[in-house]
Amino acid sequence: MTKSLPTPALDRDALVGTGDGADLLRARRVVSAARLRRGGRATAVTLVLAVAVVLVFGVSLSLGEFPIPLRDVAASLVGLADPATEFVVRDLRLPRALVGILVGAAFGLSGALFQSMVRNPLASPDIIGITSGASAAAVFGIVVLGLGGVAVSVSALAGAMLTALAIYLLAWRRGVSGYRLVLVGIGAAAILNSAVSYLMTRSRVDTAQQALAWMTGSLNARTWDHVVPLTIGMAVLLPLVVALSRPLRALQLGDAAATSLGVGVERSRLGLVLVAVALAGVATAAAGPVAFVAFLSAPIARRLTRGAGLALLPAALVGALVVGLGDVVGQHLVSGAQFPVGVVTGAVGAPYLLWLLAVSNRVGRGG
Amino acid sequence: MVPAASAVASRGGTPPMNPADQDLAPAGPAGSLRTADPAARTTTGRRAPRRRLAAGLVVLAVLLVAAAVASLVVGTRPIPFGIVLDALRDVDPTNPDHLVIWELRLPRTLVGLLVGGALGLAGAVMQGVARNPLADPGILGVNAGASFFVVVAISLLGVTTLTGYVWFGFLGAALATAVVYGIAAAGREGATPVKLALAGAAVSAALTSLTTAVLLTDVDTFDQFRFWQVGSLAGRDLTIFWQVLPFLLVGVVLALCCGRVLNTLSLGDDVARALGQRVALSRGLAGLAVVVLCGAATAAAGPIAFIGLTIPHIARAITGPDHRWVLPYSMMLAPVLLLVADVLGRVIARPGEVQVGIVTAVIGAPFFIALVRRSRVAEL
Repeated sequence: MTKSLPTPALDRDALVGTGDGADLLRARRVVSAARLRRGGRATAVTLVLAVAVVLVFGVSLSLGEFPIPLRDVAASLVGLADPATEFVVRDLRLPRALVGILVGAAFGLSGALFQSMVRNPLASPDIIGITSGASAAAVFGIVVLGLGGVAVSVSALAGAMLTALAIYLLAWRRGVSGYRLVLVGIGAAAILNSAVSYLMTRSRVDTAQQALAWMTGSLNARTWDHVVPLTIGMAVLLPLVVALSRPLRALQLGDAAATSLGVGVERSRLGLVLVAVALAGVATAAAGPVAFVAFLSAPIARRLTRGAGLALLPAALVGALVVGLGDVVGQHLVSGAQFPVGVVTGAVGAPYLLWLLAVSNRVGRGG
Repeated sequence: MVPAASAVASRGGTPPMNPADQDLAPAGPAGSLRTADPAARTTTGRRAPRRRLAAGLVVLAVLLVAAAVASLVVGTRPIPFGIVLDALRDVDPTNPDHLVIWELRLPRTLVGLLVGGALGLAGAVMQGVARNPLADPGILGVNAGASFFVVVAISLLGVTTLTGYVWFGFLGAALATAVVYGIAAAGREGATPVKLALAGAAVSAALTSLTTAVLLTDVDTFDQFRFWQVGSLAGRDLTIFWQVLPFLLVGVVLALCCGRVLNTLSLGDDVARALGQRVALSRGLAGLAVVVLCGAATAAAGPIAFIGLTIPHIARAITGPDHRWVLPYSMMLAPVLLLVADVLGRVIARPGEVQVGIVTAVIGAPFFIALVRRSRVAEL
């Protein structure tokens, strides 16, 4: 990975000149060229990621027990294929693929928001207890109340929201510092995880395994009933993310700097927590807590764009790509055995992060 | 270089060379009272706290004995203390109470003492090495490694006994920590806390994924594993005690010798190096102590959450930052908590019991949250 920052020689020429107007102009040109280059890279990365997501989406629609060529997939999406193909693509495979893409994007965004807000690469809804809350509520529903289907999703969403509220209130001490939020979250996660373990040992083994499968995160048997609420949720939350990205950029400079820039720190942080938790909650309700996507997407995206910015859109696309790809691999790589997507994302994502750490040489690149 | 050289020279007893030093010297008696006072107060004043801290250790020992006795007396079948004493003095194989003591309660109490002490000590060393208040064996991948190897042992090799799990758990813990440490230490600035935490999280995630893949496809393995995975002292017999005892003894000796080294390391790598410490070597030795202690403890009792994380914080609140006291305090406090949690777990769900791993997290986590709220733990 080479650095493509503006060359120092050019900068020095521009800035240590005679100080007349021509030098200033040249300096300005150098700066804007560098900005353009970096912005150009971010745009290119975003485009490539988007194309990759579309490709994976298409492949996941065409692969299966009943293989359908990509051309027929496209035809059946616009209603020009024969009814059998249309049924397979539109009613069986499309909901699953859509849930995968949306869930991945939501987890990616949620993780990116948390990590940027707290300025800590360890902060993601996986680590700070929010998915633990969703899991505890869902496992309680499955094991104790015997729930299934939509009811599990609803209880997971409620669990995530309640946990986030509790963590936020417990971390409140004349304001919420990001680091305290993470520490309190880790404590809450410990309690909730032990509650999950307790429930798992108190139930019949098949029920417990069902709960384990849910906790891993799976896209099996998703229907339009899963797609619709997920889409509505994303449609509400995405504009909020866009609106909050501006105060988030200020918060990244630290609370003091953000305040002096005129950002209401506590209010923005509360808004960000709410949106990030809601994204994670909606996604968890649809597919379970897909392991590791929220944690990984933002670091990968930031590394690809090589920018210091938020990289929210690339993070969402990386999340979508990881989940989409993970599901294709989990379904079709080992013939005869289907693995839930959560198993694959962890096994694929972790080595990538380890590689990232092993090659990180400079301060501040560790995450 | 120059200031350092002159400092060495003046410390070495050579007469002061410049006027400034001479000015300071004659100020003698009066000046020394004022300037050297803080140092004097800490050296003379240290004696009282030291005596108090030593007394505290004695109190802890008494508490520990009390907890151990409670662990022998309390249970689904209450056994009066007198009978416990009789059983320990002179066992009568026909007496069911005596059998309960010797076959069930004594082994689990002994294992609890060992595991608790090891986890507390390992946590204190780990936090000192990583200079991170959040470092605990779970964060550094010990639990995920042990879990993965135990699952493999159950699923592929058909191991079914707790004594059989021990070696696999131990091996997995050691390998996982080695990988985490190796990856985090690569790169120029070495094993920084953030890199350790990230590498630990990543290795844990990868291993957990593999573990889950096995568990989802193999019901029988899952049925065995879910009870090990909680962390429990139930069903541990004396075989396990003897299996892990040698490792833990080595680990305890190694760890208790680390106190001074950890104190120096806590000043930062550069200062430690300047004081003549071989930083990488001492960190490696301390890390070895952690792996031996924590790996053996996890192998014996399963992954018990949170003891390693919370106990050193309590110990530090009592003793202050000196690791020579933090380490023994952690070692004494942790088994008290573990045994009390174990006894509580037997009482609250009669006639069944709640595993000690669950009870410690439920007791430990609220304490940890309170600590985070109250103190500036984040700055450590």
